[in-house]
Amino acid sequence: MGSAMNAIRDFLRTFLLWELLLGLRLTGKHLFRRKVTIQYPEEKAPQSPRFRGLHALRRYPNGEERCIACKLCEAVCPALAITIESEQREDGTRRTTRYDIDLFKCIYCGFCEESCPVDSIVETRIHEYHMEDRSERIITKQQLLAVGDKHEQQLAADRAADAPYR
Amino acid sequence: MSEKAEATGPALVTIEVDGVEMQAPKGSMIIEATDRHGIDVPRFCYHRKLSIAANCRMCLVDVEKAPKPLPACSTPVTDGMKVSTRSERALKAQKGVMEFLLINHPLDCPICDQGGECELQDLALGYGRGVSRFSERKRVVKDENLGPLIASEMTRCIHCTRCVRFLEEVAGTRELGGMYRGEHLEISTYVGHGVHSEMSGNIIDLCPVGALTSRPYRFTARAWEMLSHPSVSPHDSVGSNLEIHHVRGSIKRVVPGENDSVNECWLADRDRFGYQGVYSDDRLARPMIRGESGWEETDWELALEEVVRQLRGVVDGHGADALGALVAGNATLEEQYLLGRLARGLGTANIDSRLRQADFSDQDRRPPFPWLGLALEDLERQKAVLFVGGNPRADQPIINHRLRKAVKAGARVSYINPQRHEFNYRTDQHVVVPSAMVRELALIAAALLDLTGGEAPGGLDTLRDGAKPGETHKALAKELRDAGRGAVLLGSLAECHPQASALRALAALIGKHADVAHGVIPEAANLAGAWLAGAVPHRQAGGIPEKIPGLDARDMLEQPRKGYLLLGLEPELDCADGAAAMAALRQAETVICMTPFVTGSMLDYATVLLPVAAFGETSGTFVSAEGRWQAFPGVAQPVGEARPGWRLLRVLGNLLELDGFDYNACDEIGAEVERLCESVQPAAVSEWRVPPVVRPEKGMQRIGAVPMYAVDSVVRRAAALQQTPQATDISVGLHPSDAAALNLADAEWVEVRLRGNSVRLPLRIDDSVAKGAVSVPSGLRETAALGPMFGALSLKRA
Repeated sequence: MGSAMNAIRDFLRTFLLWELLLGLRLTGKHLFRRKVTIQYPEEKAPQSPRFRGLHALRRYPNGEERCIACKLCEAVCPALAITIESEQREDGTRRTTRYDIDLFKCIYCGFCEESCPVDSIVETRIHEYHMEDRSERIITKQQLLAVGDKHEQQLAADRAADAPYR
Repeated sequence: MSEKAEATGPALVTIEVDGVEMQAPKGSMIIEATDRHGIDVPRFCYHRKLSIAANCRMCLVDVEKAPKPLPACSTPVTDGMKVSTRSERALKAQKGVMEFLLINHPLDCPICDQGGECELQDLALGYGRGVSRFSERKRVVKDENLGPLIASEMTRCIHCTRCVRFLEEVAGTRELGGMYRGEHLEISTYVGHGVHSEMSGNIIDLCPVGALTSRPYRFTARAWEMLSHPSVSPHDSVGSNLEIHHVRGSIKRVVPGENDSVNECWLADRDRFGYQGVYSDDRLARPMIRGESGWEETDWELALEEVVRQLRGVVDGHGADALGALVAGNATLEEQYLLGRLARGLGTANIDSRLRQADFSDQDRRPPFPWLGLALEDLERQKAVLFVGGNPRADQPIINHRLRKAVKAGARVSYINPQRHEFNYRTDQHVVVPSAMVRELALIAAALLDLTGGEAPGGLDTLRDGAKPGETHKALAKELRDAGRGAVLLGSLAECHPQASALRALAALIGKHADVAHGVIPEAANLAGAWLAGAVPHRQAGGIPEKIPGLDARDMLEQPRKGYLLLGLEPELDCADGAAAMAALRQAETVICMTPFVTGSMLDYATVLLPVAAFGETSGTFVSAEGRWQAFPGVAQPVGEARPGWRLLRVLGNLLELDGFDYNACDEIGAEVERLCESVQPAAVSEWRVPPVVRPEKGMQRIGAVPMYAVDSVVRRAAALQQTPQATDISVGLHPSDAAALNLADAEWVEVRLRGNSVRLPLRIDDSVAKGAVSVPSGLRETAALGPMFGALSLKRA
C-alpha cells in the first residue's frame, strides 16, 4: 500500500516539474547575488605578498648579484629542479657560473626561497608564462636575474610586507 | 717500563664510561677507549695520528672524584675510573667551551667550503646555543699566502693546532706555528715563507673548520652533493688509497682513503691535486685521422677501421717485428695486458712499459716483478736502510714518510746519490757522480765481505775499480750487518741508471751477506703490474718467459720500427731518451697514439689519435711496489668521446680477428691476469752474475732526475701543482767548484749540449750537486730535446 502512495507522489512530482522548480529557486537566488567571477585576463584576483610564482634572482642595490652559490636551495629542492655550478670569481668571491631551474620539475613549494641566506632566489607574483618549446623550460641564471631586475621594486615591497611575520 | 709492557702486551685496566665497563691499555687516554667503544666525545684538537695538545678543551668529561671536568684526550685511564661523558657537569663544560669557540668564529658558513662537513658546524648543532650572548665585535685575522695549493681564511681558525702539529710531526717541515697568545693567537707561517711540504694538502683534511681549504677545489662544489668512490693513486708505486669526489661525473677533489698498511690517512700533494690535469685544455675529445689534407676528426668506427688497416699494412709489408708497442707505466694492468696480447697476437713481442730505464741486461734473471723487498708497513720498523739512487721525498712521498718514522724510532738511513737532497729527517748522504754510484755500492759490498769473511764473487773487483773501501763504506757495511732489520733499496733514479743491472746485483749481494731485505722501487704506479701483465718484451703474463724476447723500450727506439702503438704516454717526456724517441716516431710510417691528451708533437708524428680515458675515468687494477693488487672502479665521465683503454683494446682485438678478446667487463680481464699470476710470489734478485761494465764517457755527467711534478702526463697538466716552487724552479744545477773551473760562476744562463742536442737554461750554483755532475732535470718540455737522462754533456755560457 505504501509503495502505491509513493508511486503516485513521484508521478505528481515529475508531472508538475517540482525538482526543476527547486533547482530554479537556487538559480534565482544566485542570479541576484554579488558576482565572484573575474573577467580574466582583463580582471585579476588579488595576490598575497607570499604568492609563489615564477622564480627570480635578486641583486643588491649596488647591482651586485646576491647569490653566493651556497647551494642550499639546490639541496633543499624536493623536486631536484635546481642545478648550480660555482667557482671563485676573479675578485675572489664565491659565485655561480650556472643557475638553472627546470620549470617542469618545480613544484613551487618555496623551499628555495626559505633556505636562501641572502634573499637571492625568490618566487615572484608572475604566474602567467608559457613556453613553446620543451627546452625553454630550463630558465637560466641570466633569465632569472633579468626577472629579478624587472620586478625588484615589487619583490622588495613584498619581502618588507612579510618581514614582521618571519 | 714500556719495553717490558711491549714484551708481555700492554697491561689492561678496567674503566666505566657512561655505565659501560670497558678494558683499556694502561697509560692510554680516555678518548682512545671511548672511540674504540663507539662512545662519541666531541673534540677538535685530538687526532689519533698526532701528538696530544689538549688545547681545544671540547672533550671535557666528568671523572668521578675529580674536582673539575677533565679533557678526555689527555687524561690517562686508571683502574676503576668512572667517566661520564653526558652528565650535567660534562655537558655544561662542553657547552661552555663551544660558546667561547663561537665567540670569534664568523657566521659565513654559506660561503665556506667546509660548510656541510665542518666539525664545528656539526658540534655547534649539538652543543651550541641558538643565539649568541656575545654582542661585541668578532676578531679578524689577516690571511697569509700559503701557496697555490692551500687557501686560508684564518679568521675562522679555532686554534686546534692540528696543522702545526702535522707539519712538525708528520711532514717534518715546521712551516706553521702559533704567534701571540690567548685571544690574539694566530696560526701563521714563519716569516711569510708559505707551506711547501710535499704532503701539505693533509692540513686541509685535518683542519676541523674552514680555515684551511683546498685552493683548486675552492668554491666549486659542496660536501653533500658529491659522490665518493675509492680509487688508487696513478702517480707513484706506493698505491696510495684515495677517494675521488665527483659531481655529475666530473671530479671535484681527491681525499685520502684510509689504509694503515699503505698510506695511513695521509696523501701526498701529487696524489691529491693531480686530478686537475684530467680537465686540462688539451684533452683529446674525438678520434682523429691524418688524411691527405691534414688532421680530421672522425668517429670511432672509422678511426678503428683505419687503425686496423694501418697495423695490417705494417705487418704485411714489413713483418710483425717492424711493429713496436710502448705503454705508460701508469696504465692499468688490464690495458697493459690487452696491449701485450694484441702485440703478440700480431706476431711480435716488441712491447715495453719500462720507458725510463736504460739497462735491461739482467731482465731474464729478474724476479716476476720489481719488488720492494719487504712490506711498505715494515719500512718504519727497519733499523738501517741504505737507499741508492733516488729522492723518495719527491718520488714516493709516502715511502719517505715511512722512512722518517723509522729514523724517529732510531734507525739510520743512508743515501748514495749524485745529488744531496733535503730530507725531513737525519740522514747520511754520500754524493758521487752517477757513474761512480756503482763503485760506491761495490765498495760497500767489499767492506761487507771483509767483515763477514765472505768470498768476493767474480767481477766485484772490476766494479769497484781497484779502489779500497774507505771508512764510510766500512761504517755503512757494519751498520747494515748489525741492524738485524735492515734494507737496501734502489730508488727510481737507480732503476733508470745506465748501469742499473750492476746496482741491482750489488744490492742483492749486500742484502745476502748483511742478511737484510733488498728491493727496488718501480718508478711508475703500475710498473710491477706491467711485468705481471706481460707488458715487457721478455715475459708473457704471469711471468712466463717469452721464447724469443722482443725488443725492449730502448731498442725499439734506437732501432726504429715502421709502426708504433703508444698507450698513454708522451714519448719525448716519458722515455729515457726523448730525442731518440722523437726521431724514431718521426720516421715511422704508422704511429697509433692512444692518449688522453693531444700535444703539438703528437700531431707531428702520429697517424691516428684515439682518445682514451684518464685517471678516474677508467676502471682497472694497479700493482704497487710491495706487490699489492688494488682494483678500482671508473668514476668520472670520460671527457668528450674518450673511452676506457681496455674497451678500446678489446674492440681492436676483435677487429683484428684475434682470439680471446671477448670481455664484457674490466674485472673479467683483471681476474684473468690474476689467475695467470696465481703462482707468482714476490721475490728479489738472488743469484750473482757479473754485470756488464760500462765505461762512462768523458765530461760532465748529467743527472736527469724527473722532478716530482713531471712524472706523468696528468701531473704535468695539474695547474696548481705546476705553480709550486718544486715545479717552477727549472734550472741547471752545478757545483760551485765546477762552476769556477768552467768559468761559469757568474753566468745566469747556460747552453747545455748532450750528443749534439742543446738547450738553454738558467744556471743554479748548487753545492748539493756532486762535483763533476750537472743536474739537468728530465721529463720537462724545456729539456726534452736534450736526449738521455744520463750521459756526458758540456756547458757553455749563453
